[in-house]
Amino acid sequence: MARALINVPPKAKRGELIEIKTLISHNMETGFRPDNTGKPVPRDIITEFVCKYNGEEIFRAELYPAVSANPFLTFFTIATESGTLNFEWTGDNGFSATESVNITVE
Amino acid sequence: MTRHDDTLQATRRRFLIDTAALAGAAGIWLPLATGPASATPASMRAAIRKVVGEAPVTKGRLKIDLPPLIENGNAVSLTVAVESPMTVEDHVKAIHVFTEKNPQPNVISVQLGPRAGRATFSSRIRLADSQKVIAIAQMSDGSFWSDEIEVIVTLAACLEGV
Amino acid sequence: MKSVATAAVATALLTATAVAAEIPLADRKSGYDFMGRETRAMQDDDTANPGTLWVLDGEALWKRKDGAAGKSCADCHGDAQASMKGVAARYPAFNAARGRPIDLEQRINMCRTDQQQSTPLPFESKELLALSAYVGRQSRGMPIDIADDERTRPFLQAGRDMFNQRQGQLNLSCGQCHDDNWGQKLAGAPIPQGQATGYPLYRLEWQALGSLQRRLRNCLVGMRAQSYTFGAPEYVDLELFLMWRARGMPLETPAVRP
Repeated sequence: MARALINVPPKAKRGELIEIKTLISHNMETGFRPDNTGKPVPRDIITEFVCKYNGEEIFRAELYPAVSANPFLTFFTIATESGTLNFEWTGDNGFSATESVNITVE
Repeated sequence: MTRHDDTLQATRRRFLIDTAALAGAAGIWLPLATGPASATPASMRAAIRKVVGEAPVTKGRLKIDLPPLIENGNAVSLTVAVESPMTVEDHVKAIHVFTEKNPQPNVISVQLGPRAGRATFSSRIRLADSQKVIAIAQMSDGSFWSDEIEVIVTLAACLEGV
Repeated sequence: MKSVATAAVATALLTATAVAAEIPLADRKSGYDFMGRETRAMQDDDTANPGTLWVLDGEALWKRKDGAAGKSCADCHGDAQASMKGVAARYPAFNAARGRPIDLEQRINMCRTDQQQSTPLPFESKELLALSAYVGRQSRGMPIDIADDERTRPFLQAGRDMFNQRQGQLNLSCGQCHDDNWGQKLAGAPIPQGQATGYPLYRLEWQALGSLQRRLRNCLVGMRAQSYTFGAPEYVDLELFLMWRARGMPLETPAVRP
């Protein structure tokens, strides 16, 4: 599976605004780059990213070839309850990667 | 644009095209549209229309944060922030980012909701050339708001290739 | 205005003599100082720094058993945070068995063949870069410390000579840009001093992590000069000189550069 890095505060107060930072390794081949013969290398990108907080979707992104290699995405959410944050990336050629991180909310 | 600027643009474009030919031969990705035709302001407007339909788009409430002078178009830090209370009654549903001169007009679209707390996201994007970047926010009341920014993209002097 | 300035620098480079003036120690600046605010932020934040992905891969490889000896790096070296602290800051280093300095990638491969009884990893392969990024990370913040003694001196001189020698179709030496004209603009981008403080690093141009040798190859191609195969002694001599030139500056591995 592709290497992913998630940054979420391990603890937060109920109602606190927290920032979630994510990074995943992926070339994000645009489909516009010519190979040695001049033919474009076929597109191979991550197309979707979803974050769920205890099963409920809190953030979704549609990625196009203009997103840089090794996609970096940061966003916010309100810490509502303790539990698990799930991250899923899907893309061309059946690409799929998941990560989860626990958070304690007091 | 003054004639001097046109000459500079032409010279830079020539340099970039020649470099692209060199780099293309080595199969190196360069943020240039050496393949299919690049997006035009018209195709960007079409992409925006797909999202917005015939609804009016008002300038304001959002801010695109991009470095004005970009060292390398391969990975440009982008932040879009929208003013919104982010309550159930009044929040940002989605933010869409477009460019004028990339091979394709769409860059990224994010879906938010009241749980976001703050209508801001950051990422890193590719910009093929100096151009205009536009962000459109879709609110829960159905209204659309926008911001646009012009950026300059430079290229390093010593590239890979051959 | 910009085109006039670039033309002036170009003319100066093409007509000036080859011997460059070394930058006074106190005036040395890392490539970090020539970057924009956002690119610096990318380097400073581990989660934003794409190099971290390679460091994490390296951490996994460190623990992986390999070769006929069935050993992992960890089996001999234990916790890298302790055992590798300061190591990358000392490389390239003289190796008695080889009778010459070797760089960190060559040292890793020596361990693979001699200790693990495994095959060397290809230069610029994801795995070798991951291991050298992981080892390099353990020295982040530490001052670069290259030995200048009777064993290394001839190789330092060879590297210095190459740095100051005019080469290629443009007949430029490294020193003419990086010692004499650092801070000026070339084709719109500032010329850095070429201090090798952050390798292997994530170059935005490559959209990947790469070694100092890869960057040197980019320079040589940019100068329209002959480049070498990875691992060539010419590269290692130049690496040795460049790291010595950056002595005392803190290691930034894995750095981010445009």
